[in-house]
Amino acid sequence: MNFLLDFFGDPANWSGAGGIPARLLQHLGFSAAALALSALIGIPLGLLIGHTGRGAFLVVASANVARALPTLGLLVLLVLLLGTASVWPVLIPLVALAVPPILVNTFEGVRGVDPELRDAAYGMGLRGPQVLGKVLVPVALPLILLGLRLAAVQIVATAAVAAYVGLGGLGRYIIDGLATKEYDQVVGGSVLIVLFALATQGLFTIVQRLTVSPGVSQRVRIPR
Amino acid sequence: MDDEPLFRWSWVVSNWDNDTPNSIVNLLQAHIVMAGVPTVLGLLLAVPLGVACARWRWLYQPTSGLMNAVYALPSIALFMLLLSVTGFSRLTVIIPLTLYAVAVLMPAVVDGLRSVPEHVRQSAVAMGFTPTRRLVRVELPIAVPVVLAGLRVVAVSSISLVSVGALIGQGGLGNYFTDAYQRDFYTPAVVGIALIVLLALVADGIIVGAQRLLTPWVRARRSA
Repeated sequence: MNFLLDFFGDPANWSGAGGIPARLLQHLGFSAAALALSALIGIPLGLLIGHTGRGAFLVVASANVARALPTLGLLVLLVLLLGTASVWPVLIPLVALAVPPILVNTFEGVRGVDPELRDAAYGMGLRGPQVLGKVLVPVALPLILLGLRLAAVQIVATAAVAAYVGLGGLGRYIIDGLATKEYDQVVGGSVLIVLFALATQGLFTIVQRLTVSPGVSQRVRIPR
Repeated sequence: MDDEPLFRWSWVVSNWDNDTPNSIVNLLQAHIVMAGVPTVLGLLLAVPLGVACARWRWLYQPTSGLMNAVYALPSIALFMLLLSVTGFSRLTVIIPLTLYAVAVLMPAVVDGLRSVPEHVRQSAVAMGFTPTRRLVRVELPIAVPVVLAGLRVVAVSSISLVSVGALIGQGGLGNYFTDAYQRDFYTPAVVGIALIVLLALVADGIIVGAQRLLTPWVRARRSA
């Protein structure tokens, strides 16, 4: 507890480039960018594969590979290879590990739509893209959002680890604190990262409640 | 650094078993312990918890909510928060990974038990099985495929997550990532990633094999 008082009670930790507000914004900005990029890749690809049924093996394989690949190793290797002149060496592993959960859940969501529902939509005269937009996406939305939530939480955690290879954000408190043996920084930074991750999780739970059609949420049980 | 190859075989040879704590053999052993203990311990804790949640339904909502939150906690933050309790020891890595294992496996046990068809349950009752015997002889065996699917996820992600422990010197093969970064040297990072992915594949294969042995009826049904 003393660590926390030391850390959060120190006015120096609340202003400037190394202050909590600045680092929080860095962490938020970087995580949002990585999530947006992952969603831009994962959602269309998941919809396409789920809708056409082609390339399903790719989805399963990507999920397994992403789970096995060690984040820290990937970060270190890419930074050693590409240097730290640009932000890409850090962004690439973050996105690479966040795409699979989005891809898998979007795919499963579209796949899991009742075939009778799909047939009914075609029977009413909707075309392929319309069926996708008006029927498949709304029904698959709970799983798409689950994928986004898992990806977001993972990105927040990975962005903290990426402080080791020089990324700014809340992870800096941990890495710098470990290096200088200032454990109030390490503990304070960890608490902030935990709160950040829980807030991210909470935000997605609220978004899901607000955006999923009530007709869908009544019927669909969300598998984990 | 420009002429440095991605991989030097000579490094592997000289570090294979050179009587230092950071030899490949020693780190591989540490890695197996730090990923294996949480996987096994997680299963042992999740089974009774899952059985309790399946039996007393009111327990399920709060417990699964808690597990969802636990799963969202970034490993790097949990390691650091435990530092003041368990220090720079293996336990600091093992405890959070065990929590994640329970968070994934508990819902799997509940889903598995819920997948037992009602007529099977009733047959067991009609045959005079006591509730305990019914659980052990009928319900848990039927739940095995669902639980082992969860166990595969746990084993593979534990193996990859151990490497984050390198930040506190307890990363098993992950120690090669910090080593590679500090010495600006590709080979340890490449070797670390390769061995971790290989270890994950082997663990996954072992669990798949165990599933074939534990559920012979699945194959019998398919071939019939």
